[in-house]
Amino acid sequence: MKILVCMSVVPDTTTKITFVENNTKFNTQGVQFIINPYDEVSITRALELTEKHGGTVTLVHVGSAENDAVIRKGLAIGANDAYRINAEAIDGQFVAEQIAAFAKDKGFDIIFTGRESIDYNGGQVCGLLGELLGLPSVNVATSIDVEGNIATLTRDIDGGTEKLTCSLPLVVSAQKDLCEPRIPNMRGIMSARTKPLNVVEPISVESFGDYQSFESPKPKASVKLIDPEHPEELINLLRNEAKVI
Amino acid sequence: MSVVIFAENSEGKFKKGVFEIATYAHKTATQLGTEANAIVIGEVNQDDLKKLGNYGISKVLKLNAPSNEFQVQPWSELIAQGFKHLQGSVLVISNTYTGKSLAPRVSVKLGASLATNVVNFPDTSAGFVVKRGAFSGKGFAYVSLTRPTKVVALTPNSIDIAEHNTPISFSSETIGTQAPSTNVIEISKSQGKIPLTEAEVVVSAGRGMKGPENWGMIEELAKVLGAATACSKPVSDVGWRPHSEHVGQTGITIKPNLNIAIGISGAIQHLAGVSASKVIVVINTDPEAPFFKIADYGIVGDAFQVLPKLIAAAKATMNS
Ligand SMILES: Cc1cc2nc3c(=O)[nH]c(=O)nc-3n(C[C@H](O)[C@H](O)[C@H](O)COP(=O)(O)OP(=O)(O)OC[C@H]3O[C@@H](n4cnc5c(N)ncnc54)[C@H](O)[C@@H]3O)c2cc1C
Ligand SMILES: Nc1ncnc2c1ncn2[C@@H]1O[C@H](COP(=O)(O)O)[C@@H](O)[C@H]1O
Repeated sequence: MKILVCMSVVPDTTTKITFVENNTKFNTQGVQFIINPYDEVSITRALELTEKHGGTVTLVHVGSAENDAVIRKGLAIGANDAYRINAEAIDGQFVAEQIAAFAKDKGFDIIFTGRESIDYNGGQVCGLLGELLGLPSVNVATSIDVEGNIATLTRDIDGGTEKLTCSLPLVVSAQKDLCEPRIPNMRGIMSARTKPLNVVEPISVESFGDYQSFESPKPKASVKLIDPEHPEELINLLRNEAKVI
Repeated sequence: MSVVIFAENSEGKFKKGVFEIATYAHKTATQLGTEANAIVIGEVNQDDLKKLGNYGISKVLKLNAPSNEFQVQPWSELIAQGFKHLQGSVLVISNTYTGKSLAPRVSVKLGASLATNVVNFPDTSAGFVVKRGAFSGKGFAYVSLTRPTKVVALTPNSIDIAEHNTPISFSSETIGTQAPSTNVIEISKSQGKIPLTEAEVVVSAGRGMKGPENWGMIEELAKVLGAATACSKPVSDVGWRPHSEHVGQTGITIKPNLNIAIGISGAIQHLAGVSASKVIVVINTDPEAPFFKIADYGIVGDAFQVLPKLIAAAKATMNS
């Protein structure tokens, strides 16, 4: 089984988000970059599946050479090889076009993406890849198992869950509880140094849009404290002042 | 040209999110000097269909899918065909699980620019600029959508619905679809419970509740307030609560009118999923808990003492 895992590189979850250059750019000063948490989960599940059924796990990332160290972490978790498409990831649509062009003739059985990147929160790449490659797409999967040519999945839907089957090949986006993500061990880290990290040049894509500016959420006014002996006062404020109950 | 919504129904009825996208489409259409239309798939209650007119929809195109069960590929195809039939230029979809599965696929079929997580009306004074949530609640981005056709997924609870009363006409059509590529075996909905992503009031609780046996109080408060229940990540990790209740950066993002957080410290990863709540109440023994920094109302106190009194007060008020 050949599995491709799309991997985005995002600011660490504790990052304080600020913007620079007149709020037109995300301030990367001092920011620690990590594998998108959902992609960590995908890599691990892909490895579990190939350990059971045989096969390989390939990583693909659209980004600049600055992210190579983070891609190596993905290799250290256990992926066999990696490809970096050498272009700035302008938006989800650009990324999907690049990955679709790369994956088109390579015969992957499963393509994993994350449910969303925790930086731009697009949640787009899974469906875009499915459509661009003419494959079924299953969003927000909480489990995936494969038997022969058929995958059985569960996924989150509005107000519940759904269990479904789908024939391979398919594109699937990972929800956090797909599996417990593996942490690279020493052997993994050592062997990752010599695993292939190939660089491919991007295709040209007509633009879909531009990020013009950013804004931080408005700071909240300070909290109004209520006497713990009189929580009825809280109910009163919620009904008559905030008008939310 | 027209602005088109995909009005997703749940067992023949519309949820509030549909009236929000109708409001969004009407305003956008007015800005662009055109009209707002809707696509529905499957059978929808007549009263609900008529209500679309109240929110500014002029025309409803009903499409028949091979099955009423959601299937992303045939439904994307139907929506793209319906959109072309209505000569659409902007497609508005709810940013729900269903909407987020459909929007990317439809956008490829239409060669459109796509924006998900959109939180406000577009600025059409120069081009078409949308405001969308980014950085997991820690920022917003303004994005100019430059393709002639645009697909916009609007986050529920982001805009207020507005009534307009447009006379509405119906047309119904059957368009052929491809065979479904996935096969649904089973759907389980949390019976009788309010889905977290749609809830207007949420009662959430964390490790401060000490153990799953203490969630009775949380559920009771939620029941009295008509709220959904949520929890922090460690609580679902140890299995006190189902994973589907986990909110935060790696869980569900919620945007209710009111979120009452009990015994949750307010770690940055948790706040990422809840900071868009309109009103936040924090109940915590520790006055230094970071959650208080983004709270509107707070009680510094022991949940086990505060909750019984709070539930009693809520019952009295909600029943009055
Ligand atoms: C990559 C990553 C992703 C993460 N994603 C998420 C996420 O999506 N969602 C999430 O929630 N967390 C997430 N976390 C975990 C997060 O960092 C915190 O550890 C977690 O939110 C803490 O949960 P808690 O507030 O329930 O527990 P604690 O931090 O243990 O806080 C318990 C609180 O309860 C209070 N308390 C104790 N007793 C009482 C009482 N009797 N009455 C009232 N208050 C009381 C305490 O003062 C304390 O503030 C993530 C962490 C990482 C590293
Ligand atoms: N620059 C990128 N390179 C490779 N994969 C990406 C990139 N950006 C996003 N993805 C994939 O798409 C998923 C969802 O991202 P998004 O649609 O941007 O929220 C991520 O979890 C990755 O699997």
